[in-house]
Amino acid sequence: MKPKRRRLTFVLIGLALLGAAAALALSAFEESIVFFYSPSEVREKTVGEERRIRVGGLVEEGSIERAEGGLVRFRITDMAEVVPVVYTGILPDLFREGQGVVAEGRLTNGVFRADEVLARHDENYMPPEVADALKKSGQWQHMERALQESGQMAGETAP
Amino acid sequence: MHRFANPNRFMQISGALLPWTAASTVLLVAAGLYLGLFRAPPDYQQGESVRIMYVHVPTSWMAMFCYTFLAGSAAVGLIWKHPLADLSAKAAAPIGACFTLLALATGSLWGKPMWGTWWEWDARLTSVLVLFFLYLGYIALVNAFDDPTRGVRAGSILALVGFVNVPIIKFSVDWWNTLHQPASVFRMDGPTIHTSMLIPLLLMGVGFTTYFFWVWMLRVRTEIVAGKIRAHRRRQVQRAPVDFAGDGRAVSTEG
Repeated sequence: MKPKRRRLTFVLIGLALLGAAAALALSAFEESIVFFYSPSEVREKTVGEERRIRVGGLVEEGSIERAEGGLVRFRITDMAEVVPVVYTGILPDLFREGQGVVAEGRLTNGVFRADEVLARHDENYMPPEVADALKKSGQWQHMERALQESGQMAGETAP
Repeated sequence: MHRFANPNRFMQISGALLPWTAASTVLLVAAGLYLGLFRAPPDYQQGESVRIMYVHVPTSWMAMFCYTFLAGSAAVGLIWKHPLADLSAKAAAPIGACFTLLALATGSLWGKPMWGTWWEWDARLTSVLVLFFLYLGYIALVNAFDDPTRGVRAGSILALVGFVNVPIIKFSVDWWNTLHQPASVFRMDGPTIHTSMLIPLLLMGVGFTTYFFWVWMLRVRTEIVAGKIRAHRRRQVQRAPVDFAGDGRAVSTEG
């Protein structure tokens, strides 16, 4: 084999092996790479009360209750399971019903005590008029989109 | 390939292309910024804050594009030993590092009002930070050897190894649940972004790409010329007696 060809095969085989190694490593560490658990996963895993975790999903419609002193109660849903959340503090601007959120905190007696709430937004970008028109014509797939987007809603695991 | 790998030919072609890339960069970025900042509608969810997208998204594309370009050049340099490929990789690295830093900074500025955080150790954000370190590592490694060819070889291997990170960045938002939302433009089922916002975004993307080639050509040309000057000096030194001590007494290098 000519040196050039040898170097080419060497680089190609090296890259293939490296890719395989990276894929194995990443799938082994999947648990720790995942940024948040869905409510279904939280129920399945019966996470210990000591562990800090993040729960992500949609803010259930009509679940937001505001009390005095900035205390907020709401429920995070993945359309299969629901996790009730208690949080005190300032919520991000995007926080609203039907919106994707990630809450970080501890689960105690079935209630998730969050000390941080982050908002997620989906990958749809459009002017407000278009969004209104879509809602009016009934083609609004915001919820469905958001569900698909969050991937492992309803227990489905990432490929 | 081999025809263009000739430095003199590269000087000729790039010399002719330079003003065109410069002009198209200015025009495209000006048009993209004007349309994006003044004419495009606010987003239904994010309002006016969405406008940082017109800088953040193209810089992030460029961060990955530059790295792919760097790794490609490194591979050609390693396999076919073209000196021009090494120059190309060296020239692309700092541009890519700047784009990556900008992507991280603008993303952080966007993350605070929208997500409610400057930074989270989410798969997308972390893998882009790793990309930034790969650029820095490449630049440091190339310059860490006294013998430039050894430095370039070590750097090229690092660049190739680090290329594994590029698909991880791209698909991180699909493989794992992340704070960062999935792709809006380059996705299987077509863009999920309204045309009025997509056009300025693409203009900025193309403008940043021509900017990359503009600066990349300038940097490669500078390196070629610097190499010629070095070679010229070396010949002069070998030919003429040199005043090494600086005291007016010339010492011949020969004999």
